[in-house]
This record gives sequence, structure tokens and C-alpha cells, in this order.
Amino acid sequence: MADLRTNLAGITSPNPFWLASAPPTNSGYQVQRAFEAGWGGAVWKTLGDPILNVSSRYAAVNFNGQRVAGFNNIELITDRPLEVNLKEIYETKKRFPGHAVIASLMVEPKQEAWHEIVKKAEAAGVDGLELNFGCPHGMAERGMGSASGQVPELVEKQTTWAKEAAETPVIVKLTPNITDITATAEAAVRGGADAVSMINTINSLAGVDIDSWLPIPNVSGKGAHGGYCGPAVKPIALNMVSECARNSRINVPISGMGGVSNWQNAVEFMLMGASNVQICTAAMHHGFRIVDDLIEGLSNYLDERGILSIQDIIGKSVPTYSDWGNLDLNYNVVARINNDVCINCNKCHIACEDTSHQCIDMLNDGNGNPILRVREEDCVGCNLCSIVCPVDGAIDMIEVPQELPSMTWNERQSLLGSLKDCKITK
Amino acid sequence: MKIHLLFILTKGDTFMSTLESSLPDKFKANFKEVELPLSDQEASQEANRCLYCYDAPCITACPTGIDIPSFIKKIASGNMKGSATTIMSANPVGASCARVCPTEELCEGACVLNHSTKPILIGNLQRYATDWAMRNDQVLFKKGEPNGKKIAIVGGGPGGLSAARELALLGYEVTIYEAEKEAGGLDTFGIVSFRLPKKISLWEVDQVKKLGVTIKTSVKVGKDIGFDELLETNERVILAIGMANVPNLNIAGENLKGVHDAIDLVRSTKSPPMPTHMEGKRVIVIGAGNTAIDGATCSVRLGAENVKIVYRRTEKEMTAYDFEYEFAKQDGVEFRWLTQPIEIMGDTEGNVTGLKCVKMQLGGPSSDGRRKPEPVPDSDFIIECDAVVKAIGQKRHLELIEKLGLAHNDGVVMINKDSMQTSNSRVYACGDVIFGKGQGEAMVVSAAQQGKTAAYHVHESLKEMYSAQ
Ligand SMILES: Cc1cc2nc3c(=O)[nH]c(=O)nc-3n(C[C@H](O)[C@H](O)[C@H](O)COP(=O)(O)OP(=O)(O)OC[C@H]3O[C@@H](n4cnc5c(N)ncnc54)[C@H](O)[C@@H]3O)c2cc1C
Ligand SMILES: Cc1cc2nc3c(=O)[nH]c(=O)nc-3n(C[C@H](O)[C@H](O)[C@H](O)COP(=O)(O)O)c2cc1C
Ligand code: SF4
Ligand code: SF4
Ligand code: SF4
Repeated sequence: MADLRTNLAGITSPNPFWLASAPPTNSGYQVQRAFEAGWGGAVWKTLGDPILNVSSRYAAVNFNGQRVAGFNNIELITDRPLEVNLKEIYETKKRFPGHAVIASLMVEPKQEAWHEIVKKAEAAGVDGLELNFGCPHGMAERGMGSASGQVPELVEKQTTWAKEAAETPVIVKLTPNITDITATAEAAVRGGADAVSMINTINSLAGVDIDSWLPIPNVSGKGAHGGYCGPAVKPIALNMVSECARNSRINVPISGMGGVSNWQNAVEFMLMGASNVQICTAAMHHGFRIVDDLIEGLSNYLDERGILSIQDIIGKSVPTYSDWGNLDLNYNVVARINNDVCINCNKCHIACEDTSHQCIDMLNDGNGNPILRVREEDCVGCNLCSIVCPVDGAIDMIEVPQELPSMTWNERQSLLGSLKDCKITK
Repeated sequence: MKIHLLFILTKGDTFMSTLESSLPDKFKANFKEVELPLSDQEASQEANRCLYCYDAPCITACPTGIDIPSFIKKIASGNMKGSATTIMSANPVGASCARVCPTEELCEGACVLNHSTKPILIGNLQRYATDWAMRNDQVLFKKGEPNGKKIAIVGGGPGGLSAARELALLGYEVTIYEAEKEAGGLDTFGIVSFRLPKKISLWEVDQVKKLGVTIKTSVKVGKDIGFDELLETNERVILAIGMANVPNLNIAGENLKGVHDAIDLVRSTKSPPMPTHMEGKRVIVIGAGNTAIDGATCSVRLGAENVKIVYRRTEKEMTAYDFEYEFAKQDGVEFRWLTQPIEIMGDTEGNVTGLKCVKMQLGGPSSDGRRKPEPVPDSDFIIECDAVVKAIGQKRHLELIEKLGLAHNDGVVMINKDSMQTSNSRVYACGDVIFGKGQGEAMVVSAAQQGKTAAYHVHESLKEMYSAQ
């Protein structure tokens, strides 16, 4: 079995699967159950001044019968007294010394407040701290969470304050509710962060009840925006992790999260530079026992490839992720339909005909059987037909032998530029 | 629909040219597995439909307690090795069970989705995962640290294999003695190939061998090696000899040419070449349990012109499962209810020509709760036929059991139901050898579970013994 031990800025854990700061890590009872089930670490439900929560808190987005494609909540940070949480953190750490216990923290943007909570958390024996600059609702209205997380200067300053008092590694958890997450990630690094984690939840309204005309969820007839997470946010989270991973100014480890539902998703995040992953929605949907498949699936994946340690895959796909301007303009793929697999739903035809490049013909094979054929010379290789095709293996996207040497947009522009220069010097 | 097509194919075969009918394996195609495997896409969709229930009733309904939600979740996540491991760790013959378990009565019957939509195809998913392990030559388990203690197991069927696997994991030196040329028991030679191809069972045998278990085939205990010798050289002996052949009908004509034992008939189709003696024949199968269905559908696939099952009770009392009954009907098997055979008729050369029967009617309830069939006076009649297949259950290995001096009830070895211990404290028993008289059920999956239980109790007893020293 491959070595799954991970290290995030000096915080070690038996495997890369941590529970994200959220309801699953609300209490010692829960975190200890999770560790018994096999989770490698847990970021405690965010500590701060206890708040009051509303009743009716979550909503899920189901997509075509699939439950919890996305998950939305209007819950705030912990509603339990700080002392109780700290006592339970202490007990949990004592029972599970080898597991990572991280305190998630959120206080007013004041130096003393940060110093005080950092010291208290560390006194309870945590392995590290996660500064919650991400919560998009409720706390933001009080100038905390994503309100401060959207302003790079505030991120930097508060990180500095936390670092002034901290002896354990400081992870800064970023909000995705911002145009360019690398701006706040860089600010965190400038403030001295030992690691960054992302993403917290995305501003959302889960739905509107079309009978009562009320927002979903509603609290006594009123709703407010919540935070979105779960499988639906994975591509957004993955991009943010990748953007930070390939940014040389963000030279600290990344803890990735947002829609991680199984070990395959975890592999994706780690290939794109995450040193570990955090999970909330998948655990809320199925319970702590999902960690069994997370660990076993990851371990089998590594074993099958003869990879001895999980460390060896971290960031391996980052060099393949670049800017659009660096993509080869002379590279081509075309769609090819395998008529023996095709079930003749004609969805590819109508997708291409109405919304792409009109190059899939509905023909007849001569024996009266309908067949579909791509006019490859007109196909732009957009993938749409293979995306809408309901049958595995009916449409392959085939690489076309390249006639011209590789040429990216950036290369083309600089070539054009130098041609112009030539003219001028003439 | 699939089955129906196959039936048409079978019929077509019998009209083939003489040249083709002289080919030895012309029926081989009829014995290919009927149920098609799930495609990747089907498996993925079905796996994602499973709710991943907590404390799931499907687990409780599986006699071996396979963690069904977990193995299905692993299919959904693409952790195929983990999925197969979850299945096989709870059930050492999990690949066979995926095909032969009466799932409607077990796991699938308990699936919570019966109450809302339709149950998960647990058996098919189990087959999908174990097929993957077979195809990819996976080694799923490692043998335990050797503890130097020896155990002998008599019989290499599902019960014996399962006990052997668990003991090997616990570090015992296990030897299986198997009378047949190949191990696997009825999975290897007793259940029709179109439901359970032999290679599946042999893969399971191989998995057990890979754990260091010695399997001595073609060794019949009581004949080629003495039972006392096993007791002398081993700490414990586990008896897993199953049941024997079909008993006699005790009617005239049983020795005529054309009278077959259903289990022998099935066995003759488990490896090529396929027998041709049923071709074009009118066949009557006597009995209405699982064995009768297998005997009848085998006959159809061997080119019989017409196959009838005669049973002295009615459709309601027959012990075959609903899906088996449906399957036989799809295969074109006819049923004659309330019909009791009283004599097999033959010609001067000793060939079967017909079956004399008497009509029956149902009377009051008998000791087993089923209504007792009684003959209708003067209702004898003859059904013409060329072959008769006896399928009225299985005999016991009575002679051997008596020789071993084990307490039994009509050949059903008596055990302590918790520990599987027989009247000889060093001998344990599991599988069909203890089935009957209110004890257990004759299923592959129950034999597998009993094998595990026997192994654990053997282990417990030895642990106690050694710690007492
Ligand atoms: C025709 C038929 C169809 C069936 N279909 C199904 C089905 O669809 N689903 C299902 O769950 N169950 C089915 N069963 C029942 C199932 O096959 C049995 O319950 C199961 O095989 C019992 O396992 P076992 O290990 O106890 O015995 P067996 O499988 O009978 O194995 C016993 C083994 O012991 C060996 N043996 C016997 N005596 C000796 C000796 N003296 N020395 C050495 N070895 C010996 C035998 O050769 C045999 O290999 C069917 C049975 C029959 C007959
Ligand atoms: C109900 C709920 C409460 C949450 N509370 C917190 C919190 O207190 N602190 C925090 O940093 N993140 C909180 N989160 C965000 C998660 O930690 C995580 O960043 C997010 O859910 C994305 O991961 P996922 O897609 O695996 O759920 C919460 C999420 C949910 C669903
Ligand atoms: S999940 Fe538990 S706390 Fe939440 S509404 Fe249901 S019963 Fe109440
Ligand atoms: S979408 Fe796929 S299945 Fe449908 S017609 Fe096109 S190739 Fe065939
Ligand atoms: S009961 Fe049905 S839905 Fe629930 S875990 Fe079992 S197979 Fe899945």
C-alpha cells in the first residue's frame, strides 16, 4: 500500500483527507468519530464569538433527479461557547495525537482580537490555524469572513496579526467571491501565511419556490443569500487551486476543497497542486464512512501505477495548465462517430446543426439503416457532439495529423510584432 | 427476451443439417451464460442509483453480510479492486453467488427502493465487480502469519472453500480433500453453465489456493484416505461433503436406458464435449425443485424435442424459485401439475417409451404445512417419452456419516447451531451436509456463511485450548 501520509506546511496527517470546517467538525464527539472512521485531519468548525443561527439553514440543488448536485447554506460560525470548543479540541488531540486538528478562526479585524484567539487555540493543542476569510453570509455583514477576505490589504494585515502571535502554521482560507483569487492569495503570502486553503462557499440562492414565491430556504417567509458548495462547485474550485499553484508568487502549499466527492476528485486537486483536500458536503450527504473508499481508492490508484507515495503526484499536472495564449493554434481534433455503437438518438446532429458548425450528416447506409457521419473537413473539434452523446464510445474525438508546426497566439503575436519592427527598420 | 431468443436458437439447431449435427460441440453455444454482463455505463448508472443506506437492510438480508452499499459505492467511484475486495472478504464465493443467489429473496428483496422505485440490481453489480477482479488477475488477500496448526477439510464445495479461506487468513495450514477431479463442488459441476460457467467457480478455487491452501483432488475420504487419519494428523476436521446424487424414485423401470440423474446430466454439460443423447428426444423431468428446473432447461439446450416437468403437487407448492419457473417456461418447458409417476415403461430392448402416471388431488395439510397430494382413483395414464430425468432432491452421504460415527437425523449431520460443532467435538460441519430437518437452507451463499462460522469457531476453540496450556 502506497504511503498516504501528507504534510501541509509542517502539519502532518496519516492521509490527505481532512474534514473542512463546517457542521461535521462541530464538536469533539463528531471529530473523534471521524478519526475513528479514518479521516486524517479535521478543521474545527470556525471559532469566534458565538453567534445565533437561524432555523431552516440548508438547501440542495438536485439536477435531473440526482440529489445534492449542489448544496447551499445560511449557517454561521460555531454557536457553541469558545471554552467548550477548546476543551473538546484538547481532548480530541489527546486521544488522536497523530491526526491533524486545526482550529478555524474568525474575529473582528483587530490586532488584539487575533492575538487573543490564536493564543487560546494554540493552548488547546492544535496543530495549526486556519483563518476564515471566506464565509459569505452573516459574518460578512459584520465586517468579517468574506468581507475582509475580498480586500487584499485586509487579508494581508490580519494574516500578519495572526502570525505575530502564532507558533503553529497558519493557513489562510480564501473566499471564491472575488474576481481573481490570486490577488488575495498573494496578499496572504505577503502577510506571512504558511499555506492557503480554498475555496469557501460561493454566494448563492438555491432556488425560488414557484408555488409560494419564497426563496429556498426561507426563514419565516424571508430568505438571504447563502454559500454554495458540493459537486457543482468543483470546476470553480479546481481552477482557483490551479491558478494559485502555477503562480510563482504564491509559493506556499495549498489545501484544496470545493466539491471533492470521491478519491478521483482528490487526485485531480492534488495533481493540480493541492497538498491535501478538505471535504464537507460529501460527508454531510453520506456520513463519515465515505473515507473508507477515499483512502482505499486512492491507495489502489497509486499502487496500480507503482507510485510509492502520495507526495509524488502533488502538482504533477500544474505545468500543463497555462494561459490561453500558450495553446497551439495548429492542433486539431475532429469527431468520429462509431455507428456500431451509436443508438441513433440524433442528439449529436441537432447539437451540431443548431448550435455548432453544421457538420454531422444524417445518412443511410444503403440497407435502409440510418447512420451519422461527420464531415471532418468542416468539424472544428469543439467536442459538443461527444458531450451530448448519451452512449459511451459512440463518438471519439480523434487527433488529426498536424500539417503546420505548432504556433501559439503569443508566438504569433510576437512574430507579427517582429515583422512590423523589420518594416520600420527598413 | 434474451432467453426467448436463445430458445429459438436451440430449436433452430435441431433442424440443422446432419453434417452440423455430427459436430461434437454443436450445443456449446446454448450453454453460454444467459444473463449478459452489465456494460460499464449500465453499472455506473445503477451504482449511482444506490442510496448508500446506513445500516442497510440489504446487508442484513445477505447471509454472508456483504457490505453492499460500500461495494456499490466503490463501483461508482471507480475503485474496482476495493469493490471486489469488499465482496470477496465477506463471501469467498462471491463471484458465483453474484450469479446463482436467489437475490429477489435475499438482498434485492430487502432493498429499500422496493418501496419507492425499483430495487438495485445488486447481483449484477456484484458480478460486474468480481468479473473485473477475474479479468484483471487481481490478488485480493494475503495469507495470515503461519501459526503451525493444521486443519483438514473434507469437501471442496462452497462450504469447504469458504472455511478454508478464512482459516488460511488466520494462519492455519489447511488441506482440502476433494473426491472430484476439480474442486468447487456443485458450483463447478452441479449448477448449469448458462447460469454459472465453470471458470467462475474455478477462479474462486484458485483464490483459495493462492492463500497456500492445499487442495488434494480425486481423494475420497473414507475410501482413499481414512477419516481417523485426518483426525490424527489435524487439530480439527471440517466436514463439508454436501449431499449426494438424486435418490431412487422406487418405481418400476428405473434401470431402463434413457433414465438419467439430473445432477449427472448437468455435470455432463459443464465441460465440453456436450452430450448428444438428448437430441430430438421427448424428455420428462420428475420433480419441481431447483434441480428439476436445471435438468429440464439443460435438456432443452441439449436439443430435446419436448421437455415436460411432472410434479405431484401444484405450481404453488413447488420449491423452485419464481425466477426459475419463469426461466423454464421461457425455455419452452411444459409443466404437468398434480401428476405422480408410477412406472417408467420400456420396450423389449430396455429403452424408455413412456411414463405411467396417476392424477393427484390436494388433501389436508401435512407435517411440513403443504397440502398433501392424494391419488385420484382410476386415473392412470401414460405420457409417451424417450428419456426420464430424475430430479427429486439429493441423497445423503449416509454411509460415510455413519462410518464417522456422527450424530445425524436421516443423514442430516446434527450440529450445535452456534458453533457448527458435531457430536465429535473435534469435527465441525457446514453446507448441505447439515441442511434439512429444519437446519439451514441449501444455497451456495448459506454454505459460504456456515463455512466462515465453522472456521471462526475452530479458531476460537484452538485459541482457548492454547491459552489454557
Ligand atoms: C442442480 C442444482 C442447482 C442448484 N442451484 C442453486 C442455485 O441456483 N443457487 C444456490 O444458491 N444454490 C443452488 N444449489 C444448491 C447449492 O449448489 C448447494 O447448496 C451448495 O453447493 C452446497 O455447498 P457444499 O459445499 O455444502 O456442498 P457441495 O457443493 O455439494 O460440495 C461438496 C463437495 O464435497 C465433495 N465430497 C463429497 N464427499 C466427499 C468425500 N467423501 N471425500 C472428499 N470429498 C467429498 C464433493 O465432491 C463436493 O465437491 C443447487 C444445487 C443443485 C443440485
Ligand atoms: C453548512 C456549512 C457550514 C459551513 N461552515 C463553515 C465555517 O464555519 N467555516 C468555514 O471556514 N467554512 C465553512 N463552510 C465551508 C466549507 O468548509 C467548505 O469550504 C465548502 O463547503 C466547500 O467544500 P465542499 O464542496 O466539500 O462542501 C461551511 C459549509 C457548509 C455546507
Ligand atoms: S437532520 Fe437532524 S437536525 Fe437536521 S432537521 Fe433533520 S432531524 Fe433536525
Ligand atoms: S449522439 Fe451518440 S448515440 Fe446519438 S446519434 Fe449521435 S453518435 Fe449516435
Ligand atoms: S438497500 Fe438498496 S439502496 Fe439501500 S444500500 Fe442496499 S442496495 Fe443500496
